[in-house]
Amino acid sequence: MQKYSVFSLIKNAFSNHEKWDLAWKDPTPKKEYDVVIIGGGGHGLATAYYLAKEHQITNVAVIEKGWIGGGNIGRNTTIIRSNFMYDDNARFNEFGMNLWRNMSQELNFNVMFSPRGIINLAHSDAQMNAYARRGNSMRLNGIDAVLLNREEVKKIIPMADFSEDVRYPIFGGLAQPSAGTARHDAVAWGYARQADSMGVDIIQNCEVTGFDIEAGKITGLRTSRGDIKSKKIGLCVAGSTNVLAEKLNMTLPIETHLLQACVSEPVKPVLDGVVTFGAGHFYISQSDKGEMVMGGDLDGYNSYAQKGNLPTIQHVLTGGVALFPFLSRLKMLRTWGGIMDMSMDGSPIIDKTHIGGLYLNCGWCYGGFKSVPSSGWTFAHTIAQDRVHELNEGFSLNRFSKGYLLDEKGLGTKTWIS
Amino acid sequence: MLNIKCPYCGDRSQKEFAYGGDGTITRPKLNQEISDEEWDNFVYLRKSPRGKHIELWHHIAGCRQWFKVERDTTTHEIFKTFKPEE
Repeated sequence: MQKYSVFSLIKNAFSNHEKWDLAWKDPTPKKEYDVVIIGGGGHGLATAYYLAKEHQITNVAVIEKGWIGGGNIGRNTTIIRSNFMYDDNARFNEFGMNLWRNMSQELNFNVMFSPRGIINLAHSDAQMNAYARRGNSMRLNGIDAVLLNREEVKKIIPMADFSEDVRYPIFGGLAQPSAGTARHDAVAWGYARQADSMGVDIIQNCEVTGFDIEAGKITGLRTSRGDIKSKKIGLCVAGSTNVLAEKLNMTLPIETHLLQACVSEPVKPVLDGVVTFGAGHFYISQSDKGEMVMGGDLDGYNSYAQKGNLPTIQHVLTGGVALFPFLSRLKMLRTWGGIMDMSMDGSPIIDKTHIGGLYLNCGWCYGGFKSVPSSGWTFAHTIAQDRVHELNEGFSLNRFSKGYLLDEKGLGTKTWIS
Repeated sequence: MLNIKCPYCGDRSQKEFAYGGDGTITRPKLNQEISDEEWDNFVYLRKSPRGKHIELWHHIAGCRQWFKVERDTTTHEIFKTFKPEE
């Protein structure tokens, strides 16, 4: 594999950048693989990469219906954080933070990880107390958390509306300074390129049409490009999880919902971190290009359409303008939507299933992007060793029937409850 | 923007409605021994199909009645709306 560096950039400039190697091959599917990963998004590609790197399993295929990076990995708002209170979520995501910090070097691909910090705003004394508790829990798990009072928040985001007669006056906030953003499609491409170089087949435009199960064990799958045999199959298909579950006669604690985001026209630097305004169902960051990147609530009804409706965007931006009045003078550049695998408690599922050799990775709700490395790492371990790692044992499929919910924020598919 | 025909009030904008989830789920009967599996099915497990979906909606900023909608989850086309008992 060609190494990317400033020297290779200069060298290729002399040939008008026409002689770069392809970043990954376009192979025809083989008849049999040791492991097949369904879904060529961030989680699927990361899983394939860690299977090859950590477990030396390189006879792996990643099957993607469309093209890699065309789903939620290219549609998210790129926020990376580990500001969780519950141990299972905190440890899992902080493990991921360490993978993020070294990702550009490890993948030899600039993912532009930028630890610019995140602030969750608080609007009452009770919320400040809750944030103090969450911050303390985070610190017990080795995650940096800083409780900010009103004046400290004002220093960081002076352009926010700090009047006292607004519906949600700013009392303070909880910051995680090590949180940040990254260039999301580079994450997919970086993992794809490294996985490909270690022998993983990335098979695009290949739709899964069925599964072969014998005596309770998976033996292969049928695709639009022929049958493939494999004793181990991992599902990383986010919003399409229920579609494949139906083919497997499984019913899951997952609903597929639509989540929208939008960006404004680019402006000069005004906001250096991520700010979430939970009370207003709104969060915002500024991209390196200067666009204000914004998002908020689900559209609120089951949907497989990767496009949303205007009322939700209006609702999100109403909250946005309440917090940052200057937003009202910006033009929106574009809005888009992605389909989310909303789990019933808001936490993911990375587990084995009742079918031998079939592994499940889903339920990422609003925040799958930050977990790409930790999810890939633990899912690869779960598949390779046929047992869950201690980092993902809390993300079990049977926690719902057993009552061990990981209801970090107390909301999953039922956004109307909040 | 969805236009939803409330069976009681007629065509209205989606802004007047709240979503109530899968309309085919039935609550286990009261005052009976109910297994964990039945509760799991009722509380957590959902088919969430791609295509036709029967769902509950609440005309919350209107007549406040609950009713059912048959809608395509891919195209957002609404085929019909009907009262819960229909």
